[in-house]
Amino acid sequence: MSLVADVGASSAAGFRVTRSRRNVAWTGVGALVVVVVLAMFPYIVYSGTTTIMVQAFIVLTLASMWNLLAGYAGLVSVGQQAFVGLGAYVVLILALHGASPFAALPVAAISCGVAAFPLWWLVSRLRSGYFAIATWVLAATIMLFIERFSSIGGGTGMSLPGFAALSPTLLTAYTYWAGLAVTVAALATIYILLRGKLGLVLTAIRDDEVAARSSGARVGLARLLVFVVAGTGCGAAGAVLAISQLQVQPAAVFSVQWTAEMAFATVIGGLGTIEGPIVGTAVFIVLQQTLSSYNAWYLIILGLVAIVVALFARRGLWGLVDARLNLRLFPVGYYLRLNGDNGGATRWRRTRVPDQRERPSSGPA
Amino acid sequence: MAWVNAIIQGVLTGGLYALFACGLSLMFGVMKVVNLAHGDLAVVAGYVGIGVIAVTHVPVLWSFLIVVPVMAALGYVLQRTIIQSALDRSVLTTLLVTFGLSIVIENGLLQFFTANSRSIGADLALVRDSFSLGSQIQIGYLVVVIFATAVIVLLGLQYFLSASRYGRLIRASADDPEAAQLAGADYRHVFGVAAAIAFGTVALAGMAYGMYSQLQPTTGTDTILLFAFAAVVIGGLGSLWGTLLGGVVLGVAQQIGAQINISDEVLAGYLVFLAVLVLRPQGLTARRAQ
Repeated sequence: MSLVADVGASSAAGFRVTRSRRNVAWTGVGALVVVVVLAMFPYIVYSGTTTIMVQAFIVLTLASMWNLLAGYAGLVSVGQQAFVGLGAYVVLILALHGASPFAALPVAAISCGVAAFPLWWLVSRLRSGYFAIATWVLAATIMLFIERFSSIGGGTGMSLPGFAALSPTLLTAYTYWAGLAVTVAALATIYILLRGKLGLVLTAIRDDEVAARSSGARVGLARLLVFVVAGTGCGAAGAVLAISQLQVQPAAVFSVQWTAEMAFATVIGGLGTIEGPIVGTAVFIVLQQTLSSYNAWYLIILGLVAIVVALFARRGLWGLVDARLNLRLFPVGYYLRLNGDNGGATRWRRTRVPDQRERPSSGPA
Repeated sequence: MAWVNAIIQGVLTGGLYALFACGLSLMFGVMKVVNLAHGDLAVVAGYVGIGVIAVTHVPVLWSFLIVVPVMAALGYVLQRTIIQSALDRSVLTTLLVTFGLSIVIENGLLQFFTANSRSIGADLALVRDSFSLGSQIQIGYLVVVIFATAVIVLLGLQYFLSASRYGRLIRASADDPEAAQLAGADYRHVFGVAAAIAFGTVALAGMAYGMYSQLQPTTGTDTILLFAFAAVVIGGLGSLWGTLLGGVVLGVAQQIGAQINISDEVLAGYLVFLAVLVLRPQGLTARRAQ
């Protein structure tokens, strides 16, 4: 079951292809340092900070998954809250049966990935805009279905059991590590996927779906894979949400607000880049914390900013950075180096494989 | 007898759902825009109506003469500004922009008008009164009027699009904007007019729902948009009569669901929607799905 039916490309002599103009080793080392420092946070910062960080981890995981859907596979889902809610409920159900919520987290993620198969079968019958509303209806249907079971709280929800053995400090720290682990796993998965054949197919779909199909890309299969990965990631984020809130309420976990947050963070940061959701999440958290005493205003402002960015700066904030510095923290594209210029590493030709939607405006070639 | 009642009530509420779906269908049919802010704009229309009635003390039914033109004007302006510039970029952008609008409107209403539910003309005889059929069936005058309005609006639109000169212009612009432009039509203006018509029906839908039930900031998405969409898919994309049929099927499914278990009303409607999606994705009327 290969994603690409026939890739007939053979590298001709005369040029070399690399992942990055710069040395990528520092990116790996840098990422490792960042993760290690973040992992030490519970020892060095106040618990208020780690609580905000957990929120950031949830939003970043969700935004990265939404970016994979909308930015790469062209699937605008406004029903990803279905997976957030399902993830939260799997944790609740397992905890009610005596499992530790932390042990339930990976189970929740996998269950959501499995659930994504039948859900994809339903919604993939519709295209673009109607796909979007179909996912929304699906999320509403799942919520209404779950509300029928009073043993898991019915319409009002219930608090999450299974934390009695943990002291509050330890609980905060564990929650933080769970959030960090989910986020790192999500970003690593997306990075690895995009560097592989799936990334190639997705980039082709992003740039021109018809051309991708005619070149033998299995568009449907690639989209199914993305939907399943995004379902898994959103489910994991939902599980972290349940643990950090210590309760599960259907209206809260199945709220379309989750999709709004992940979509706005992605669009503002930059759709179609791995870095975009990271930048967008930072903007999101800063806005949310600044405006925390003004109820829903952060969402209104975020929505307005997202509309403006979608219309006037389509590559988002990261796009602005990248346009100037030609910088990639997660290099998933390729650079072309002609053998003619045999200078050192500094003399790369600036012909790079175009990506994002920058193709029409001829790049710095 | 309870079942007969459920079916009659379902058919009649189906008219309301068809009215919800009308604007969504028209915007998609002409501009290829799936307006995710559709339901929230209907709620805005309802709130405008409540405001107009409170400020000017006009009779409820007269307020339609203000609300519908105001929403139509808003539709024209929105289409000529942000929706058209989103369309010029990509389908993805129109979805992002209308989704952004939806969230901004809903939370804006929540901030300015709280989560309280409001109704329109609750003391009107038309809204309150009903007539009896036999001993057990009570039918409200309002649902009958709404059903009739939906039929008239759909008939009118059908006639306007297929028979009138301007309707032909709209269809030409929908089929190929550039070609219409070459033939002398300003397709952006034509799209603006189509959006104005769509928003006019959205205003009717919002006001009708405000009279039929109650409006809350969240009504726009959890009721109007999703029901409108379910009606469109059940009936078949791109068919105005299919939309009416879809609305009726959705209404009947909900009423039968409510008859089985009062809290399953909405769920039953969605299950029928999913069943249609699985068994007949092109909808009940025979045109192929996009």
